[in-house]
Amino acid sequence: MKRSVKALVAGFALLFSINAAQASDIKIGTFLAVTGPASFLGDPELKTLQMYVKKINDEGGVIGRKIKLIHYDTGANPKKAVNFAKRLIKKDRVDIIVGASTSGTTMAVIPIVQKAKIPFISMAGSVKIVEPVKKWVFKTPHTDKMAARKIFIDMNKRDIKKVGLISGSGGFGKSGRGQVLALASEYGITITADESYGKKDTDMTAQLSKIRATNPDAILNFGFGSGPAIVTKNIRQLGIKLPIYQSHGVASKKYINLAGSAAEGVRLPAASLLVASMLPSSHPQTEVIQAYKNNFEAKHGPVSTFGGHAYDALYLAVEAIKRAGSTNKARVRNEIENTKNFLGAGGIFNMSSSDHLGLGLNAFKMLEIKNGDWSIVE
Amino acid sequence: MKRYRGFFALASIITLAPILFPVNYFVTVVGVSIAINALIAVGLNLLMGYTGQISLGHAAFFGIGAYASGLLTTLLSWNPWLALLVGLLATWLVAELIARPILRLKGHYLAMATLGFGIIINILMVQPTHITGGPDGLSDIPVLNILGWDIDSDIRWYIVANGALLLGVWVALNLINSRIGLALRAVHGSEVGAQMMGVDIEKIKIKIFVVSALFAAFAGSLFAHQQGFISPDSFSFHFSIELVVMVVLGGMASKYGPIFGAAVLTMLPETLVVFEDYEVLILGAIMMGIMIFLPQGLWVGLSQKIKPLFIKKTISVEPAGG
Repeated sequence: MKRSVKALVAGFALLFSINAAQASDIKIGTFLAVTGPASFLGDPELKTLQMYVKKINDEGGVIGRKIKLIHYDTGANPKKAVNFAKRLIKKDRVDIIVGASTSGTTMAVIPIVQKAKIPFISMAGSVKIVEPVKKWVFKTPHTDKMAARKIFIDMNKRDIKKVGLISGSGGFGKSGRGQVLALASEYGITITADESYGKKDTDMTAQLSKIRATNPDAILNFGFGSGPAIVTKNIRQLGIKLPIYQSHGVASKKYINLAGSAAEGVRLPAASLLVASMLPSSHPQTEVIQAYKNNFEAKHGPVSTFGGHAYDALYLAVEAIKRAGSTNKARVRNEIENTKNFLGAGGIFNMSSSDHLGLGLNAFKMLEIKNGDWSIVE
Repeated sequence: MKRYRGFFALASIITLAPILFPVNYFVTVVGVSIAINALIAVGLNLLMGYTGQISLGHAAFFGIGAYASGLLTTLLSWNPWLALLVGLLATWLVAELIARPILRLKGHYLAMATLGFGIIINILMVQPTHITGGPDGLSDIPVLNILGWDIDSDIRWYIVANGALLLGVWVALNLINSRIGLALRAVHGSEVGAQMMGVDIEKIKIKIFVVSALFAAFAGSLFAHQQGFISPDSFSFHFSIELVVMVVLGGMASKYGPIFGAAVLTMLPETLVVFEDYEVLILGAIMMGIMIFLPQGLWVGLSQKIKPLFIKKTISVEPAGG
């Protein structure tokens, strides 16, 4: 009995000493959708985080301390995200949280991080995450609101006044649709039709015929996955010769491959990362983007803009910790908010107490598809 | 009193856990999820285990409760308790309405119909974006308040959720032990036989369907306030399946099996995260193992395996004593 008590005490002592040794590490917590329906987001994000945490540690860490990345897989389930966020805060006692691949999982944990007063940088798209501003919540990806503005500005230049809208019924399409409808009048544009299609629809000619009947100057499609490619094909199959606009949701080579020759002339806003090799060397982001692209592709294959959001989130956190000189949560939060001219993969970040994203419209490039490849319009 | 022995055992486990491990993540955080899942599973067990009717749409009732609470308290700033009550009433209405046609079906057809119902409700949560927030969900749901007490910490939620679970178990136990409980089991055994004995099978099936839906809706209301945010993802078809698995895994038609099943199924993914990439693989293997070796469910199977050990002991002691 006595011996077992001794062993127990020794065991506890060992446990505490391990804990003490780890306490000097900077703990960054993350929960991503590495499996499940949003794995195309979570997978490159996690790979990026792991790759760069290793790189930072190999180079001596931050403020003399190593970074320890603690990761959980949410499978895009908000319920799981809530428990994992609590686990990161209460059990793992992390210093900062980066992550959440989807808007749903981000929104679900906001009440928790706000209450726990821990800085949180999300990698999800929805504008609702930072509007209205929440004290402890930041995000890195461009919003659909910015995409809509970028598209409207381009339309104004081409003197397009009437737009037929078709959007996907998923989260991305729905949120984008809302922004388009809300912002159109600001740019003097009328939406003549407002159609939608389901996730698994294989033919949208019915909706497009309706749109044609309203006589628009251009067709705008907000959607994700295979839908936009089908829309593009259907438009040309119907013999509609109007200009087509897509959202940043189709910013991948897959879209061009799926839509084929119908994609010629389609315009869309996209992050600079997509056209890394075409950027002029004078562009301030060129260096960062090229380095990220090379690093990622050397290890994991083709780069995606989603991994870039993780890169930005990690380095926003690391830079803030450096400036704060500690992992004091309030100080780190203030430093993230004070981020100025941070060159990231997604753009140049300038945060403030009223803007927890910090990207301007120039973070998007307007692209046109020419000869089966991207080309920069402006 | 004997029939409540299990109930008191459950109550003591629930009470002792946070006293023994006051800051343990698995008790205070996961414990709330378990209680909420178990509450739905206990209700579903009345329908599946005792009456032999399957439902692949219980996540929908859970969702109706949650969205009723969420919408009424955020958009109309209602009192949470009033919203909860309205949520229960709405669920009652919906369940009663669909139960009539649906419960005439049997087996696979009943499974299909309930599945379809679940998907329709899920679409209703996604589509009206301006009301429900669509796929982005509904945030800023206020905290629950009991007699001036804000339920805003994990331990307080532990008390409330587990209190609700005990209440639910108490109701279920009384139902099972009553004449209705006997009738339910008769329906499960043989519908024709039950009818011959004077059981109004249509009425009793509808009744129990409504009761089990109300369990889910009540859990849903609590869930909405506990999370402070809800989105359609939490009430998907996937969750309906998970609920059925909880009941089957724990042991159908056993009083405490579904609670055990809910605890295991909620706890396992949380503990298996240490295996990272192999997490899902191991979870699947465990599930398969349980179903192969303990087909009656964990609770029933294990207690059948353990009981003989004790009984043998008492038998071997008896001759020596007398």
